[in-house]
Amino acid sequence: MATIQLKVNQEGRELRDIDPATPLLWALRDHLGLVGTKYGCGKGLCGACTVHINGAAIRSCSMPVSSVAGQSVTTIEGLAPDRQNLHPLQEAWMEHDVPQCGYCQAGQIMNAAALLQSTPSPSDEEIDNAMSGNLCRCGTYTRIRAAIHTAAGKGGAS
Amino acid sequence: MKNQFYRSDLIPDIDMPAEFVHWENRMDVEKAANDSSSGPFIPRRQFLKLSGLAGGGLVLAFSLGRGPKAAASPDKQASGEYFAPNAFIQIAKDGAIVIAAKNPEVGQGVKTFLPMIIAEELEVPWESVTVKQSEIDLERFGRQSAGGSQSTPRNWDLLRQTGAVARTMLVTAAAQTWGVSESQCKADQGYVVNRSTGKRLAYAELASAAAALPIPEKDSVKLKDRSEYKLLGKFIPGVDNRALVTGQPLFGIDQKLPGMLYAVYVKCPNFGGVAKQANLDVIRKRPGVVDAFIIEGNGNELELMSGVAIVAKSTHQAFQAEKALRVIWDKSNASDNSWEAYKAEALSIGPKAGQISDEMGDAEAALAQADQTVESFYTYPFLSHANLEPQNCTAWFHDGKMEIWAPSQTPQNVARMINSALDIDPSDVVIHQLRIGGGFGRRLMNDFVVEVCAIAKEIEAPVKLTWTREADMAHDFYRPGGFHHLKGALSQGRWTGLLDHFVSFTPEGGDGKRPVRGGNLSPDLFQFPEIPNLRLDQTFLPSRVPTGFWRAPRSCAVAWVFQSFANEMAVAAGRDHLEFLLEQFGEPRWLEEGERRALHTGRAIDVVELAAKKGDWGNPMSQGQGRGLAFYFSHLGYFAQVAEVTVDASNRVKIDRVVVAADVGLLLNKSGGENQVEGSVVDGISTLAGQEITFEDGEVLETNFDDYPLSRMASTPKIEMHWLTTDWSPTGLGEPAFPPVAGAVCNAIFDATGHRIRTMPISKEGFHI
Ligand code: FES
Ligand code: FES
Repeated sequence: MATIQLKVNQEGRELRDIDPATPLLWALRDHLGLVGTKYGCGKGLCGACTVHINGAAIRSCSMPVSSVAGQSVTTIEGLAPDRQNLHPLQEAWMEHDVPQCGYCQAGQIMNAAALLQSTPSPSDEEIDNAMSGNLCRCGTYTRIRAAIHTAAGKGGAS
Repeated sequence: MKNQFYRSDLIPDIDMPAEFVHWENRMDVEKAANDSSSGPFIPRRQFLKLSGLAGGGLVLAFSLGRGPKAAASPDKQASGEYFAPNAFIQIAKDGAIVIAAKNPEVGQGVKTFLPMIIAEELEVPWESVTVKQSEIDLERFGRQSAGGSQSTPRNWDLLRQTGAVARTMLVTAAAQTWGVSESQCKADQGYVVNRSTGKRLAYAELASAAAALPIPEKDSVKLKDRSEYKLLGKFIPGVDNRALVTGQPLFGIDQKLPGMLYAVYVKCPNFGGVAKQANLDVIRKRPGVVDAFIIEGNGNELELMSGVAIVAKSTHQAFQAEKALRVIWDKSNASDNSWEAYKAEALSIGPKAGQISDEMGDAEAALAQADQTVESFYTYPFLSHANLEPQNCTAWFHDGKMEIWAPSQTPQNVARMINSALDIDPSDVVIHQLRIGGGFGRRLMNDFVVEVCAIAKEIEAPVKLTWTREADMAHDFYRPGGFHHLKGALSQGRWTGLLDHFVSFTPEGGDGKRPVRGGNLSPDLFQFPEIPNLRLDQTFLPSRVPTGFWRAPRSCAVAWVFQSFANEMAVAAGRDHLEFLLEQFGEPRWLEEGERRALHTGRAIDVVELAAKKGDWGNPMSQGQGRGLAFYFSHLGYFAQVAEVTVDASNRVKIDRVVVAADVGLLLNKSGGENQVEGSVVDGISTLAGQEITFEDGEVLETNFDDYPLSRMASTPKIEMHWLTTDWSPTGLGEPAFPPVAGAVCNAIFDATGHRIRTMPISKEGFHI
C-alpha cells in the first residue's frame, strides 16, 4: 500500500492506502469518485477508459496508478474549460446527438480531443485511424465522425 | 380467407412481452383465443387521478386498475403481471413542466421520445419540459420495461391521451376564466389563446384552476391531427446528453453509496456447475478483501446460480482476489456441450426429415414436380450481447429492506425474483432504475441483480457487484445458434415450394419438445406468402447453454437465411432479384386484416421498391463490386435494404453503402430513430464480420473484445435512410432495422464474387471486413 500524488483535472489529489498496482481507471472511479471514465474490457481493447496524461490519450485500465504519480491527468469531468463553457467536442456531441446508450462516449470524446490537439482539421481517414481503438457497441460511428468535423471547424483543438 | 400458414395466433402478441414468448405459448395462445373468459390483455380499470401540487399547480397521473395476469405466459419467472402503461405530468405554477419518463433507458432513446409524445399533445414547447426518470411503481406507471421494441406501440395511444386530457382541462379552465365557450379557445405552445380577442393565458396561470376541474374521459378528448404536429418527427437530441458528455454519474456502474463495498461473483465456467469448496481462507487474507463465501443459489439460471462471492474495499482488490480463487466445482449436472459437435450433428440430420411443425400445400410434391430444385445448408452461431457496460448492480440490505440500484431492462420483474431466490417479501424490495450502457436484450434478465442482493443480504454495507468482461462473455444468455437445411422448388421460373428443416436446441433434461429461449421458429418468419407449398420441420438438440433474447429475437438470425435463400432461388431461376422478391409478395394485401403483427404485403412492396430505387438497383457496377437486396418485417416495422460492396482479391469486403428504406408509420424522433437504424446497420456488420460464441466441453471459448470483435469506425459504410410517411401507428426502432442487414450484404458479396455465404460469420468462409 502506498500514498500517491496526482494532479487530476488541474487539482492536486492524494491517494492514500492504495495498492500501487491499481489501474488508474479504478483509482479514478473508486478512490476519487470520478466515474465518467468507464470500464469496458480492462485490457486496452475498447477505449472506454480513455483519459489524458499530460495531454496524451491513454487507456487508464492498463496503466498502474503508480506509473503516473506526479503527472497531470485529465478526465471527461475536467475536459471543459469551465462550468459554463464546454469543450467544442462536447458541444458538437450534443448538437449531433451522438450518444445512444452513451457508455463509450466519454472515452470517444477524450480520444477525439487528443486527436484535435495534434491534428486540428483531420480528414475522414485520419479520424478513422485515430479513433479505431474506441469501440461503440451501439454503432454511433457516423455521428462521432461528423461531430469531430464540426468541433474541428470550431477550433476543437483549443 | 385467413391464410392458415401465416396465421397470426402463432405470432408473439404485441400485448405480451414478446421478449418472453416461449414455445409453450403456441398452445397457450391458442387456448386463450378459444377461451373468452381469459379476456383481452388490457387493464380492467384505468382512470385519471388529479391532485394539487404543493404551492399550487396541476399534477395529472393515471391510476391503474390491475390488469389480468399474463395467463398466456407459462414462464412465471420471466413474464409476470403486466398493466397498461401510463404517464405523469406536472405543471407548476411557475410554468415548469415536468414529464416522467417511465421506462428504462438503454440507448434506444425512450427517455426522450415517450415524453415527446405527451408534450406534443399537451401542446408545450419542448424547451419548457424537464424529463424526470420515474421510480418503479407499477400502480402508477404500469408496465416498466424495455424490450421487443414495445415501448412505442404500447404507449402511443395512452401517452397521447394523457397529454390531450391535460391540454383539454387547461383549455376549459381558460374558457371559464374568460366566460367564453371552449371552442373559442385554442392551446398554443404553453398558452391558451382566445381566438376572438387574441388574449393569452399561460398554462402556469391556469394550472390551479385546471386542477379543480373534473377529469374528462380519456377516450373523449380530441387528439391532434398528425398535420398539426410541431414536435414529433423533429430532430430532438437526448435529454441526458449534457450529463453524458460531461461524465456525470448516470449508469448502474456509476453508483456510489457511503461505505460501499465492491464485489465479484464467480460461477462455474461450465453452465450449471455447483461450487463445493473454495480456498476462502486464502481469499479472505488477500489485500482489501472483507469477506468471501459460497452461495448455493436456487439453480434457476434466471435468478441465482451457485458461485463464490468476494467482497472487497475496491473493484481492483476484488478483481485481484478473484485471480487467486480456486474452486472445486461439482460438474455432475453441468454442461459439457460442444459447438463443433452440434455442427456435425446438424449437418448429418439436416437433409433428413424432421418433426413437421407447420405446413401448407405439399412441399414434397412441389419439389418432386419442380423443373429445378435448390438445396442449401445454412449455419449461424451463438452470439453474446456484449453490452459495453458489463453487468453490474448495487444493493443495500438495511432495515429489513433490500434497496437496489439496477441497470435492468425489466425492473418490474425484480421484486418477484428476489422473493423467489432470497425469500424477501416483494414489498420490502425498493428498486431505482438507472441508465443502462446497452441492452440488446441482455438486461431483460436480472441474474446480476439477484446475485448482488444475495451478497448484500450477508453484508452490512451497500455492495456494488461488477462483472469482469470475461465473466460477462462467459455467462450470457446467448442468442442461440441454429441450422437450416433448405430445399426450394422452381417451376417455370416461379418459386413453388420451400421446405426448411430447422435444427435448433431444447433445454437438456426437459421433455425435448420445446426450443430454448429465442430458438423457436414460426411461419410468420418466412414472409414469402406467394409460395403455395411450404413446410417447416424442426429438430431440437439438447443443450444446457443459457439462451435468451438478442436484438430482434429470432428475426436477427433467420432473416439472413431466408433472404439469402430467396436470392439463391432468383439466381437459379435466372431472374432479377428485385422482380423475383416482389413476386413473392403478390398483390398488396394484409395477410390478416386489422392485425398489426401480420405481414402487409403492400407495405413490404413499397419499402422494397423504395430501397431499390434509392439504391440504384440495376445500375451497372465495376468488376469486384456487387449490390444486394433484402427485406424483413419484424417488431411491426417494414425494412428493405440495399448494400453495395467491393471485394478485393484477398476476399476483403468493403461495405461501401447501405441504403435503408423503412415504413414505421411515423418516425417519432428523427434523431433517435435514425440513430437506431445506423446502430442496427453497424451491429449487423459486427455480427456478420466475425462474431461467434463457441463452446467446448461446456465452456465458452471467447473471453473479450479481442476474440469477440466489435465493428470499428473505419468499417462503417455510408448509411442512407429513407422513411415512408404513412398513416400507420408508429413502432419502436430498437430492432426492426437489424434483420435485413446480413442478407443484403451477403447477397451483395455473391453479386460481386459468385460466392454464396452460408455460414456466419463470413470469416468462416474466408472473407473479412
Ligand atoms: S476498459 Fe480500458 S480499453 Fe477497455
Ligand atoms: S453509445 Fe453505447 S456503446 Fe457507444
